[in-house]
Amino acid sequence: MIPASFEYVEASSADAAIAALAEHGDEAKLLAGGHSLIPLMRFRLATPGVLVDIGRLDDLSYINDGGDHVAIGALTRHRALETSELLAAEAPLLRHVASQVGDPQVRHRGTLGGSLAHGDPASDLPAALLAMGGSVVAKGPGGERVISADDFFTGFLETALGEDELLTEVRIPKAGSAGWSYQKFNRRAQDWAIVGAAVQLGANPGVALVNMGPAPMRAVGVEAAISSGSSAAEAAAVAADGTEPPVDLNGDEEYRSHLARVLVERGISEAS
Amino acid sequence: MSAVGTPMLRKEDPTLLTGEGKYVDDIQAVGQLWMGMVRSPYAHAKVLGIETADAAAAPGVHAVYTGADLEAMGLWIGPLPCAWPVTPDMVNPPHFPVATAEVNHVGDIVAVVLADDRYRAADAAELVVVDYDPLPAVASIDAAVADEAMAHSDLGTNKAYHWPLIPDPDALEAAFANATHHVDANFVQQRMIPSAMEPRGVLAVPSPHGGDVTLYSATQVPHILKVMLAATTGIPESKIRVIAPAVGGGFGGKLNVNPDEILAVTLANKLGRPVRWTETRSEAAFSTHQGRGQNQRIELAADGDGKLLGVRVHLDADMGAYMMLITPGVPLLGSFLYTGVYAVPAFGFTCDGWFTNLTPTDAYRGAGRPEASYAIERAMDILASKVGIGPDEIRRLNYLAGGEHFENLDVPSTLTFDSGHYGPTLDRALELAGYGDLRAEQQARRDAGSSKQLGIGLCTYVEICGLAPSRALGGLGFGSGGWEHATVRMLPTGKVEVVSGSTPHGQGHETSWSQIVADKLGVAPEDVEVLHSDTAISPLGLDTYGSRSLSVGGVAVASACDKVVEKAKLMAAHSMEASADDMEFNGGVFSVAGSPDKAMAIQEVAFGAFTAHDLPDGMEPNLQEQTTWDPPNFAFPFGSHVAVVEIDEDTGNVELLNYVAVDDCGIQVNPMIVEGQVHGGIAQGVGQALWEGANYDEDGNCTNPSFMDYLVPSSMEMPNFTLDFTVTPSTSNPLGVKGVGEAGTIGSAAAVINAVCDALSPHGITDIAMPATPQRVWRAINDAKGGAA
Repeated sequence: MIPASFEYVEASSADAAIAALAEHGDEAKLLAGGHSLIPLMRFRLATPGVLVDIGRLDDLSYINDGGDHVAIGALTRHRALETSELLAAEAPLLRHVASQVGDPQVRHRGTLGGSLAHGDPASDLPAALLAMGGSVVAKGPGGERVISADDFFTGFLETALGEDELLTEVRIPKAGSAGWSYQKFNRRAQDWAIVGAAVQLGANPGVALVNMGPAPMRAVGVEAAISSGSSAAEAAAVAADGTEPPVDLNGDEEYRSHLARVLVERGISEAS
Repeated sequence: MSAVGTPMLRKEDPTLLTGEGKYVDDIQAVGQLWMGMVRSPYAHAKVLGIETADAAAAPGVHAVYTGADLEAMGLWIGPLPCAWPVTPDMVNPPHFPVATAEVNHVGDIVAVVLADDRYRAADAAELVVVDYDPLPAVASIDAAVADEAMAHSDLGTNKAYHWPLIPDPDALEAAFANATHHVDANFVQQRMIPSAMEPRGVLAVPSPHGGDVTLYSATQVPHILKVMLAATTGIPESKIRVIAPAVGGGFGGKLNVNPDEILAVTLANKLGRPVRWTETRSEAAFSTHQGRGQNQRIELAADGDGKLLGVRVHLDADMGAYMMLITPGVPLLGSFLYTGVYAVPAFGFTCDGWFTNLTPTDAYRGAGRPEASYAIERAMDILASKVGIGPDEIRRLNYLAGGEHFENLDVPSTLTFDSGHYGPTLDRALELAGYGDLRAEQQARRDAGSSKQLGIGLCTYVEICGLAPSRALGGLGFGSGGWEHATVRMLPTGKVEVVSGSTPHGQGHETSWSQIVADKLGVAPEDVEVLHSDTAISPLGLDTYGSRSLSVGGVAVASACDKVVEKAKLMAAHSMEASADDMEFNGGVFSVAGSPDKAMAIQEVAFGAFTAHDLPDGMEPNLQEQTTWDPPNFAFPFGSHVAVVEIDEDTGNVELLNYVAVDDCGIQVNPMIVEGQVHGGIAQGVGQALWEGANYDEDGNCTNPSFMDYLVPSSMEMPNFTLDFTVTPSTSNPLGVKGVGEAGTIGSAAAVINAVCDALSPHGITDIAMPATPQRVWRAINDAKGGAA
């Protein structure tokens, strides 16, 4: 619980942060809300040589109407998401999922960009991004690029972000009147999900699973079943297909697969 | 108006709630060095060699010591103490602060780094290279009992002791021979991590020229620690001062004498510099003892109606790697309670203690008694279903004294219960829970085939507080008495100073003691100052654990007050030129019977005692009295709890919907503090039932040492408790008090698991292991249904 030593750089702007990343290479880690990185450092599971603190880049904290989507600054805290009127109207699933992260202290410190960039399959927000068909904006020395959620999560705690790239914005297509649900199953209110299921219906149904594989993932079989008019029970029956759930004290593969089916069915029913 | 019995706000809280409480880690000493512990990653291994050069050369490092170095420095004269050799032939392998040839659990210390700050200490500890030869690990009670792999290579057995309590073997045999119903049940008490909010920590400050050393420690037991430090290190007791500053909870986890405490004191003394250490949260799974750890077998013999004929119990108890302060005795503290609240003609108990290669066990909230109440209360439910009567009926049928009020009743486990009145607690608890309606609702859900099933669990417990009559402890082989000391002095200004040998770590003694003194002396509670937890200020004491403070320490305070009043009465009589026999004392004022114009406040008497200008001949100045109270008997609180759970059969999730507790802790000094203790106690027992448990892999690694994986329930998981109380005064002390610090924990685990099993009973499920996790519950249901997920 005592981190190894590290250098600390406070970034004055997004460009300064990107420059610092370019300078320090794989020695550097970005620090935003710190709620994923600092625990890893305290266990000495992560020992970055340089921490580039972007926590004070207030210009990356916003929730704006982008026309057909909502544009959210990467440094936006979960607390801002869960209290946003704009999200209530245009992307209610994201707003609700943000309210289910950790506890109030965590939600006042943790950031949307930080949670997504960490790429933890047990986190809530990546599932919302996937189910809602969102995308992220990555900024590097060569400029900006937009990465769809499907392409973003590439492996266990791995994303498509380059070493010298900063996630600056998250874009969520407006959900219109699509029904939605987030089913989070955990043992205590503040815990990570043992399994979770984010569901958004509508023209392009999205179903994403929490903690059912090495990376945040969509349940494509379920989505196809919904699109073809299957019942909630029929669609949920394939929820665990193609998953590789982790095994820990909270659940083995069989139990997690069962939970995925139960939660997806409940999610579809609630969203319908 | 009486102060005792009123829910006074706690005097302690403004300081603690505003962050002004000074815990060990808040106290800084100039020139301090931080210890960094090099801990074994193996549960069992030979230590072939230790290379410390790189660590010693690291920045900010003052020294690195191996166990052999420290032994050569002569820092101790004996191993860590075990104060409770439960049998004359108990096996007790020597346990030194730093291991040398062999490590016996993950986290065993093999070297100590001293550095300028805790970060450098942690960095340097990583640079120490230890050459281990791993040995087979004994990582469970079952493995210990198998006695094939050895937890200690040179002992030849894992068995530490065999302890029997079978008052009448023939009667026990006959009871089972004549039984119509026979319950034979096995339960596992999983290991619990005490999880006090404040981790343990130490700061030893030497006085190089004075030759003494002050140890600040996050401990429940500064007095015991002082004596044991002297015995272990050879430093004269008079040269050691132990201070327990603000201590953030203990739950038994701070009732010990630990390697870090001995290291800090001896190294500070040797080096002439302050030495400190604070455990990290995940280090606590190795550096602080754990609780429970028992395999239980309980058998009940009953007649055709369900009336108990006999109870027979065997425990295999997990000592862990070493005998700590009272490790071997903890399971035996429960031995006398396996007959619970019931009239049981014949009783037999045996316990085998076993070494494993796991963190040592020792006291944890309830210490032996929650285990006992769990076993008997679970078994009674099983008996009820065998007989075909309700869980309430089986209890009422078997209550001691038929559920009626009793005093000083001998029970077959050889104790004498001070007082009890069990029937009304169950009646009231069932009434508050709406038992009849709950059963109807349960049936309706069963009939409807609902996926949300209700379970209702009952528990009537009795426990042992007021540790302890010193003679009784002597009979048990305990290396200490059980008295408590108090001094009460009136200051010249009329304020009162109480010096207490009890050592609170969250219980609110300053408030409760003030209330007792206020009534006894007729002063305002805010005029009472309570001094404690510093062996230089309060040299006599036996500390706080086992719900003993009020019924031993509080009684000592009351008794010292009585002596103050007696002396003040003589002084007042002298001043008012009246006979002491005519003196009356009410509301802090002495008056003379029949002379309403004559009166003298106790504060005036106190000032006169201080000036000593006009005292009766031969009377010493000042108004100060002391009492060392040795209780004539234990106190036996009791109560009935009802847990209501809802089980989501699709996920296995157990939700605690309601919890009703009707407790009887005798006379209550501060009902608000009593309620707080019951609340926390219930939550801790529910924690064992549903969430907590240290988990070990087959190599002896704890797989959930952090709060991310070791799940302590929060207020979010608890319903609003419904509490009520009955009051049956204790006959063991003049205040009529019993104790309440552990009651909630002793009743709640059994109540909750009884509720879970009640909900699952339509599936034919009769038991579920603790913690009843969603996965475990779902799997039990799924297996009962034939395994189709």
